[in-house]
Amino acid sequence: MFEVFGVPSQALFGQLLLGLINGSFYALLSLGLAVIFGMLNIINFTHGAQYMMGAFAAFLLLRHTGIGYWPSLVIVPIVIGAVGAGIERVFLKRIQKLDHLYGLILTFGLALIIEGLFRNYYGSSGQPYGVPESLQGGRNLGFMFLPNYRAWVIAFSFLVCLATWYAIERTRLGSYLRAATENPALVRAFGINVPRMVTLTYGFGVGLAGLAGVMAAPIYNVSPQMGSDIIIVVFAVVVIGGMGSIMGAIVTGFTLGIVEGLTKVFFPEASNTVIFMIMIIVLLIRPAGLFGRMA
Amino acid sequence: MRVATSLALVAAALFGTAAQAQVNVKIGVMNDMSGLYADISGPGALTAAKLAVDDFNPAAHGMKVEIVGADHQNKPDVGSNIARQWFDVDKVDVIVDVPTSSVALAVSDVTREKNKVFLVSGAAASDLTGPKCSPNTIHWTYDTWMLAHGTGTALVKTGGDTWYFLTADYAFGHALERDTAAVVTAAGGKVLGTVKHPLNTQDFSSFLLQAQSSKAKVIGLANAGGDTINAIKQGAEFGITAGGQQFAGLLVFVTDVNSLGLKTAQGLVLTETWYWDMNDANRAWTKRWQAERQGKFPSMVHAGVYSAVLHYLKAVAATKSAADGKAVVNQMKALPTEDSLFGKGSIRPDGRKIHPAYLFQVKKPEESKYPGDVYTVRATILAEEAFRPIKDGNCPMVTN
Amino acid sequence: MATLAAATPVRRETEWSVAVAGAALVILVIAAPFVLYPVFVMKALCFALFACAFNLLLGYVGLLSFGHALYFGWAGYLAAYSAKVWGLPPEFAVGFGTTAAAAAGLIAGVVAIRRQGIYFAMITLALAQMMYLVALRVPMTGGEDGIQAVPRGKLFGAFDLSNEMTMYAFVAAVVLAAFFLIYRIINSPFGEVLKAIRENEQRAVSLGYKTDDYKLVAFVLSATLAGLAGSLKALVFQLASLTDVHWTMSGEVVLMTLVGGLGTIFGPLVGAFLIDGMENYLSSFGQWVLVIQGAVFVICVLAFRRGIIGELAARLRVRL
Repeated sequence: MFEVFGVPSQALFGQLLLGLINGSFYALLSLGLAVIFGMLNIINFTHGAQYMMGAFAAFLLLRHTGIGYWPSLVIVPIVIGAVGAGIERVFLKRIQKLDHLYGLILTFGLALIIEGLFRNYYGSSGQPYGVPESLQGGRNLGFMFLPNYRAWVIAFSFLVCLATWYAIERTRLGSYLRAATENPALVRAFGINVPRMVTLTYGFGVGLAGLAGVMAAPIYNVSPQMGSDIIIVVFAVVVIGGMGSIMGAIVTGFTLGIVEGLTKVFFPEASNTVIFMIMIIVLLIRPAGLFGRMA
Repeated sequence: MRVATSLALVAAALFGTAAQAQVNVKIGVMNDMSGLYADISGPGALTAAKLAVDDFNPAAHGMKVEIVGADHQNKPDVGSNIARQWFDVDKVDVIVDVPTSSVALAVSDVTREKNKVFLVSGAAASDLTGPKCSPNTIHWTYDTWMLAHGTGTALVKTGGDTWYFLTADYAFGHALERDTAAVVTAAGGKVLGTVKHPLNTQDFSSFLLQAQSSKAKVIGLANAGGDTINAIKQGAEFGITAGGQQFAGLLVFVTDVNSLGLKTAQGLVLTETWYWDMNDANRAWTKRWQAERQGKFPSMVHAGVYSAVLHYLKAVAATKSAADGKAVVNQMKALPTEDSLFGKGSIRPDGRKIHPAYLFQVKKPEESKYPGDVYTVRATILAEEAFRPIKDGNCPMVTN
Repeated sequence: MATLAAATPVRRETEWSVAVAGAALVILVIAAPFVLYPVFVMKALCFALFACAFNLLLGYVGLLSFGHALYFGWAGYLAAYSAKVWGLPPEFAVGFGTTAAAAAGLIAGVVAIRRQGIYFAMITLALAQMMYLVALRVPMTGGEDGIQAVPRGKLFGAFDLSNEMTMYAFVAAVVLAAFFLIYRIINSPFGEVLKAIRENEQRAVSLGYKTDDYKLVAFVLSATLAGLAGSLKALVFQLASLTDVHWTMSGEVVLMTLVGGLGTIFGPLVGAFLIDGMENYLSSFGQWVLVIQGAVFVICVLAFRRGIIGELAARLRVRL
């Protein structure tokens, strides 16, 4: 086969595919953040901790009730989403009128509490969670061996992202949401329960994080740190994409995953800083982000 | 320093002549109580130290022993702060355990400055008995050279003669890779390649892909903790072991094996110096240890703490005072060691404790008959061969 | 735009409260090492300076930097490196670290000031994280080991800093001087413009002020002073490690300032001593530190936004 910059094309395509997998997680998580930010104007620092809770919930369901992966995919996002709605009701509603930076500090504090509690009970080493039976094994694509589970991750994330985008941009409920972001008072005057919508939106965004957590459990180490490790990268993704649009968050997530994958091939030592470097460049050239609108 | 020594001598003279005078000793167990190493070290080390004190029976020697504990959170600044405070304010005489090499190096410096004693069980850096050796520090249990040598040589001898390294891109990972590569080449093997990954990598797929295409018989994991676990877990997904390649965990603990589960970890080859199920003495001690730590199993680090504390107390009984760190360490080097867990052994002039090492292989799930039954012994490495020869260490105390 | 800090009463005639508090501070600082463990007080002083530098940006300009550990930690690394490897005497080592922090602040500021509010916070966080990852890999920082056994050296060739009390005098003098400098900055015409920007940036722009330039200068000042604190700390502990560049350190300085009182003069100082003392006390409960810190954040935001000094100042109706 041909070579690109000294790397055989097989390895290249293999890494691109793997980059898509990472990108799936970035896309899911930045989608959740974008949805929450769009509605509440809060940066949900707790997002990483909620992703971690999703993974742990899947693990606990399996360990204590024997409920496996497939039911967890449905149950866990709902449970974590409900926890999120609770957080919104109890904490975030109270600081709605304040400067948004307080929201950042508050969610940061919540993230510390959640991570600390899980660390206390489960230690830092990580818990085992296997790939579900039906998705084990893989197929040899010629240029690489692709585990079935990873293929599933790409496909399912893509579906979820698309469905979310459709719900927000193309349905009536979505239009109410978007209207409430622009002018909550007016929307309320039309008889729509805006506070409840806000709660539900936050819950939905958090549910997305929980879903990402369940999907991550079989392949990444289920440990209390997994949230804080990934959340800062996702912040950078969101800054690059610009938080104005849902589609922007999705596209940026997948793309940056691929870019990171390519870096791992050509320049592996820089692979965990490349996203930050891109962030700096984007900020210098186009401060609003690639898809954003200047606030 | 000189004032302290002469005071100690005076005290020793005074107390030596008074046959009934009591010697007070305070032991500080410092390790990671809540993080990555809490299971291999952590509160279990406190239990091990207590067992050592009980077995020594201070009252019979006219001594009174107190144990305190602290969590260094795997951070060198926290560790060196605690050490300073312990030595300056709390009158601690000896610090024990300290996993995480960066913290151990910092604590070793402070201990030397204050002329106390430091008994390392948890940390791995072979530099502690090499360029950074100290007359106040003794390195127990294991070190990176022993791990590299043990696993590397054993695997090459059993046919794993081509290697590919997955290395954590920081000082520890580089050192581990360098030491193991040297051993592999010396034993007649060949290193086909290496790839460096950032510390705390979540996704190893691309690195594993490269390891797979190298077709090396052994994939050496020059990393630790979460990185090792992730690499092995994802390796199972990509069918690495199914494809005939073998993972060599260069720094794997029994707690990592439990994290992975036997299904994923089976077949993994690693080196340790103690395992709870190897003989009756170990099993008996484990039962006593488990009285305080239900449901858990002791690691080699815990065994090392027990052995080190016991020997330290014997030395203090001989010197009749814990005040002069150097003097106690010299006494520890002069006395041969003996305890139920490591048997007979000795401590070298560079501060290295010598005992045999063992090559273990993780059992298949069907081979494990009861909880904690995870290892089979594959080979024994004699004490004289297990550790780096003293002349190769570059320890300033020895080369003078 | 809603203001972030508690509204500080701008009443010149209440300067006496500041003078009294300032005098009390000097007396406490002089007496402290005879009562408490000197190393602990030095640590708290360094963190107090760090928090005051951070507060300059947040409390007086309204910019929340979530990545201030970058300047604190990297200045520490450079000061430690120059003292240990290049053998620079302490005054130059500290100077080197501080200057480097200023340069880093300039570069980071140019990138970050382009956005405001939450974006600004996230950008500073991401920049700091990137430099943390660099610190992990670059050989000069010693990675996980950090730079250890840093010599304290002889100050001006005459004062041997390995003596704890001499070191303490040096640290106390520098911190108090920097503290006074911050006070003067806040009360200068420059400081008034900063406060105007915090209250209502649009209005300041319409009055003809180049707000971006002012913000950048404030940012660089804040970074420089944070770097000074970091350089001092590296010499006190003779160790520069990854902890000082990690995002949890950035979070801690936010915590200290919040607890002490945003936008007050003495708040960050009090916050630093309190949080440091708390962590010292809780070190045996290592696992709960994270949870307690998080809880303090949450409680402060919900019910205690003015912080300790802020509450005190509001009750007594003075400026602190």
